[in-house]
Amino acid sequence: MSLSKQGMTRRQLLSQSALFGAGFVIGAGFVAGKASASNWALEVEHLNPGTMATLIQMARDIYPHDQVGDQHYATAVKGYDTAEAAEGVEAGVAALNDAARGVGYARYIDIGWERDRADLLRGFEDTAFFQQVRGGLVTGLYNQKAVWPIFGYEGESFSEGGYIDRGFDDIHWL
Amino acid sequence: MSAPFDLTDDSVVVVIGTGAGGGVLANELAQKGVSVVALEAGGRYLPEDYINDEWESFGQLAWADPRTTSGDWRVSKDFSGLPAWIVKAVGGTTTHWAGASLRFQDHEWKAHSTYGDVEGANLLDWPIDPREMDDYYTRAENKLGVTRTGGRAGLPGNNNFKVFEKGARELGYKAVHTGRMAINSADYDERPACQQTGFCFQGCKWGAKWSTAYTDIPRGEATGNLEVRERCHVLRIEHNEAGKVTGVIYADADGNQQEQKMRVACVAGNSIESPRLLLNSASPMFPDGLANSSGQVGRNYMRHVTGSVYAVFDQPVRMWRGTTMAGIIQDEAVHDPSRGFVGGYELETLALGLPFMAAFLDPGAWGRELTTALDHYENMAGMWIVGEDMPQETNRITLNTDVTDQHGLPVANVHFDDHPNDVAMRDHAYSQGKAVYEAVGATRVFPTPPYPSTHNLGTNRMSSNPRDGVVNTYGQSHDLGNLFISDGSQFTTGAAENPTLTIVALAIRQAEYIAAELGRQNL
Repeated sequence: MSLSKQGMTRRQLLSQSALFGAGFVIGAGFVAGKASASNWALEVEHLNPGTMATLIQMARDIYPHDQVGDQHYATAVKGYDTAEAAEGVEAGVAALNDAARGVGYARYIDIGWERDRADLLRGFEDTAFFQQVRGGLVTGLYNQKAVWPIFGYEGESFSEGGYIDRGFDDIHWL
Repeated sequence: MSAPFDLTDDSVVVVIGTGAGGGVLANELAQKGVSVVALEAGGRYLPEDYINDEWESFGQLAWADPRTTSGDWRVSKDFSGLPAWIVKAVGGTTTHWAGASLRFQDHEWKAHSTYGDVEGANLLDWPIDPREMDDYYTRAENKLGVTRTGGRAGLPGNNNFKVFEKGARELGYKAVHTGRMAINSADYDERPACQQTGFCFQGCKWGAKWSTAYTDIPRGEATGNLEVRERCHVLRIEHNEAGKVTGVIYADADGNQQEQKMRVACVAGNSIESPRLLLNSASPMFPDGLANSSGQVGRNYMRHVTGSVYAVFDQPVRMWRGTTMAGIIQDEAVHDPSRGFVGGYELETLALGLPFMAAFLDPGAWGRELTTALDHYENMAGMWIVGEDMPQETNRITLNTDVTDQHGLPVANVHFDDHPNDVAMRDHAYSQGKAVYEAVGATRVFPTPPYPSTHNLGTNRMSSNPRDGVVNTYGQSHDLGNLFISDGSQFTTGAAENPTLTIVALAIRQAEYIAAELGRQNL
């Protein structure tokens, strides 16, 4: 994912940032992966960076695939960073954080274990905000061509002449 | 006079819709020298235009005009605005269909006589002798190039079929093969052989699968007797005081209203739009809608008993490779009430790409129960259930006056409740599908609920008695003699088979009747 903000390098950005939850760093106008192996960052213009990081965590908790990196979840929800969507998303994440406070955490992102976050989401799943995020992820996550190879899905084959000579019947273990 | 035809030309037959029913009817009439204007709500897309990407193709082809739903079917909860997965394009849903081309079994033409009275079901026999259909079925099979008929070879089986076939054999099923498909196994009728590309649902980019879009429609146009007006959405059918239909009002591609005069109208807009059009055409003379003296317009909506079974294995299957519907088990299609239900069902392989699998495997679900299944997408096999559902008067298309479409007309509400016979059949089919896959070592099996309906049937049904149905044996309105129904909405009952071949056979038969009646000056 591009990192173009004010021409700064990822290292420069991270020098001005703060840890956010277990997996993210946030700074002015961006969210980035914490682990040095995941070289991604996402600029945000309309949402608070912490809100975007919470959305990314929520996305993973809704459709957890351990082999899919955070950058793909970030791509799946980055469309909420618009002037029209921002107010509703901020309110939704605030409600989610309220729910987290109800079980003793300052924010959703501070709930350290996936199982505890999933439990919280179970009580939150009938909200319009949850359903908006979940519904959006069905296409936002699984319709990303970049994630298809992770699941082994090959997409279109017409450009290669179909599978008539490329393994449509190559099953060997039956 | 040859095409294009004048709006005031009242000698033409107007066909509304260009799918399996309307597209075939329009061509068959044109071949006989009858002047035809076909009005198609959608645009024209050909193989080079089809998109092998599930969501993008859906955006290109699907009928996405507003509709509403009600009833206990899960589609109403998960896809409340999308009761049906059908196509708005020249060629209609023949662009999207999988190609399965099966004849009805003899007893299915006589469902009421065979099954007896079933509580809550509005069963009726078709006013057609099954022997009369033999020749029309043969002609339909030759038109479509159906494999395993007329000396045409079957398609080769793909990985998804091989898993399915092995499990079926382990269970002792005998009628297991790669189907009778309107997909060429060898070059036929100027169309190439299947290249096992997948994406049959998105329009066949090779043209190996039959669709009216690139067969009947251009051939009809080539006669000079057929004019197809695309992006023309019919809003209303007009009639005179003598009880004859006289013209259709439609919105053209620019949104302007036009009226085409005519001698005969044939409605083939699918089992949701066809009754909606008749209901939206209500007049002081026909206050309950056109052709509705029986009160049956919109009723007896059928969608087949469907559902899918997906299974995960410990090794790859790659079910998406090759023909989407790659094979069939027919052993359960018989009528055997000892199973706890009347009628029967077919099991047919089916594959979805990852994007649609995520949307349809368990709609609305989230969390690891779902995602651990998708993690093994590469190791999945899948099949689809298609069985006979019970016609019920309360399953129906009505006008929802609270919601209007882009033309300001009330949209269709689709109400559906499962009949207990439907539930018993689906449960049986889920169990058998699960057993098929477990017989070849499935590690996990899922009962997937029905998708939005592609088989929409029965809402203008055929009956011998005008009190029981909307049209006679030729699809001709009992009330208005020059109004015909030419799509699956004329089905009296649904049978266990995919409906397209029967829609085509009935269209060939109807074209003969209309041409003969025109010749006799009876229309």
